[in-house]
Amino acid sequence: MKKVVCMVLAAVMLMACLAGCGSTAAETPSSGDNSSTASASAFKIGGTAPLTGGAAIYGNAVKNAAQIAVDEINAKGGIQFELRFEDDQNDTEKAVNAYNTLKDWGMQISLGSTTSKPCEVTSGETFVDRIFALTPSASSVATTDGKDNQFQMCFTDPNQGSASAQYIADKALASKVAVIWKNDDVYSKGIYETFKAACDKLNIEIVSDTTFADGNDTDFSVQIADAQTNGAELVFLPIYYQPASLILAQAAAAGYEPKWFGVDGMDGILTMKGFDTSLAEGVMLLTPFNADSTDERTAAFVKKYQDMYGEVPNQFAADAYDCVYAYAQALEAAGATPDMSAEELCAKMIEQFTSMTFDGLTGTGMTWNTEGQVTKSPNGMVIQNGAYVGMD
Amino acid sequence: MSFLNFLISGISLGSIYAIIALGYTMVYGIAKMLNFAHGDVIMVGAYMCFFACTKFDLPPVVGVILAMIVCTVLGMTIEKLAYKPLRAATSLAVLITAIGVSYFLQNAALLLWGSSPVVFPNFFKSVSGETGFALFGGELRVSYVALVTIVVCVIIMAALSIFIGKTKMGKAMRACSEDKDAARLMGINVDATISMTFAIGSGLAAVAGVLLCSAYPTLVPTTGSMPGIKAFTAAVFGGIGSIPGALLGGLLLGVIEIMAKAYISTQMSDAAVFAVLIIVLLVKPSGLLGKQVREKV
Repeated sequence: MKKVVCMVLAAVMLMACLAGCGSTAAETPSSGDNSSTASASAFKIGGTAPLTGGAAIYGNAVKNAAQIAVDEINAKGGIQFELRFEDDQNDTEKAVNAYNTLKDWGMQISLGSTTSKPCEVTSGETFVDRIFALTPSASSVATTDGKDNQFQMCFTDPNQGSASAQYIADKALASKVAVIWKNDDVYSKGIYETFKAACDKLNIEIVSDTTFADGNDTDFSVQIADAQTNGAELVFLPIYYQPASLILAQAAAAGYEPKWFGVDGMDGILTMKGFDTSLAEGVMLLTPFNADSTDERTAAFVKKYQDMYGEVPNQFAADAYDCVYAYAQALEAAGATPDMSAEELCAKMIEQFTSMTFDGLTGTGMTWNTEGQVTKSPNGMVIQNGAYVGMD
Repeated sequence: MSFLNFLISGISLGSIYAIIALGYTMVYGIAKMLNFAHGDVIMVGAYMCFFACTKFDLPPVVGVILAMIVCTVLGMTIEKLAYKPLRAATSLAVLITAIGVSYFLQNAALLLWGSSPVVFPNFFKSVSGETGFALFGGELRVSYVALVTIVVCVIIMAALSIFIGKTKMGKAMRACSEDKDAARLMGINVDATISMTFAIGSGLAAVAGVLLCSAYPTLVPTTGSMPGIKAFTAAVFGGIGSIPGALLGGLLLGVIEIMAKAYISTQMSDAAVFAVLIIVLLVKPSGLLGKQVREKV
């Protein structure tokens, strides 16, 4: 018995040592707290993202695309960036740890967090620490609400919900719709609420309103049956692609073929390993980025991304790419230098972002209001033969 | 007719819970410990079958057998390495170890197979590619997966009951569950019996994993954890330690879950499930079919 306890304790100690070594080795020496000025000639730009876990497809897209943008900008000379991402596994607690690691590293400006839940927490940290943050894809209102130095490159959730309803009404896609949303997810709930409000105004009738939650996200027979029996012509899915893929498969098995309308979280469904893309045939979604676009910059970006990572970049990647370029533009306009502290940069960035206009892959003439929300126009896309095609 | 549809979904979901619950209930009945890593063995089984059938193009039957073999070995290894040294320790220590093993398996899977979800192939298709059939002019739809799941569940229950009731090994298991020391005095190899229990439970976990992923085809390293917890609830519901209890608990849990979703509210379905559980345990603390064991003082 004693021997066992000793062994366990020894093992625990060994683990602790190894863990300790790991983290110290990973940290590059910096002069301490975040307000310190970096001695290097590059701006230290950092972000947390789910590089592993269920949302890893988003995190890796953001990281990869940000790296492409940084490499391009660095190659031009002029402003130089040093990029670092830490894994948050789409978990709030891990996101704070990841953020602290970045702060110790000497991060001067931040790419926030990739997904909404972690970003709501890290944005509180960056607000207090006075580090400017521009998140590529955390779309909830709470991310930027009441925080003057938090900005978004993507639409906010309410914006997506009302824009989707508007689009459905404009194109007369359906008069009776069903919504299946995830009630323990701020992202899904945020979109749902504004979608519902917009539908009321636009005389679109929501005939079926059902939810699911973590741990309850495998069987959708009831939700699908509810939509079907109530005669919904279109089902709106303000959720991520993983449950969406199950819903599509189960609806097909139940012989229900409505129109499907998704949001940016649907992006990624086509690259799921083993997914039968014919199930997603005809799924519509609003996204500001179209990888098939003939636009010169977009085509170049898509090609580079494909060459380096072997897949077609999604909207998250494009948002991240735009973030880095927006930073480059703002830093240059502000005449910022890498030896400035995070706090000085923060003040300059707030000034720049609220006054500048930015052209990127995800839209032209983007502007930001003082709340940090972006204004740009979304495009309707539909999945045809396993690829996105513009609807307009 | 939608009621019947929901009932079939409920029974099919419940059958999967029941097969998983068997693993919990057997291990608890014999080794008196909660093997929280059971849910993750399911996930490993599903991955094994997935790789066998998609990477190496083996027929599904071979894939399932391979998954069962891997899971059986895994279950026995876990028992040998993590639980056996703690046989004399407090039950709390064993519980914590089980949770540790669960995390270990999840993270190992994350490392080995990555985080992006994979879509599990549907083996249960007719020659023409249909995944189910319709009755009453399309009013009632039954998927082959649901049918197979229910049948497999019944077969496993029957086979296991016979095994426990009629064979020598089954007798040894029953003896161990009643009194380990007395069983040892009677010449029963308690360690081998417990090891056997883990082997059977883990082998069944592989079957459950394949059925689970056939019905709900996305597979990630955390796939097993929530069904595992629900199945554990089912085992407690039916009376932990009792094999018919696992079947009853699993089926009831599945049906209540679907019915609560359909007729109460999709938001409240889990709350409804656990409310029923609490009421049952208040009225009958040992679960529906659990034995009342009087503590000897």
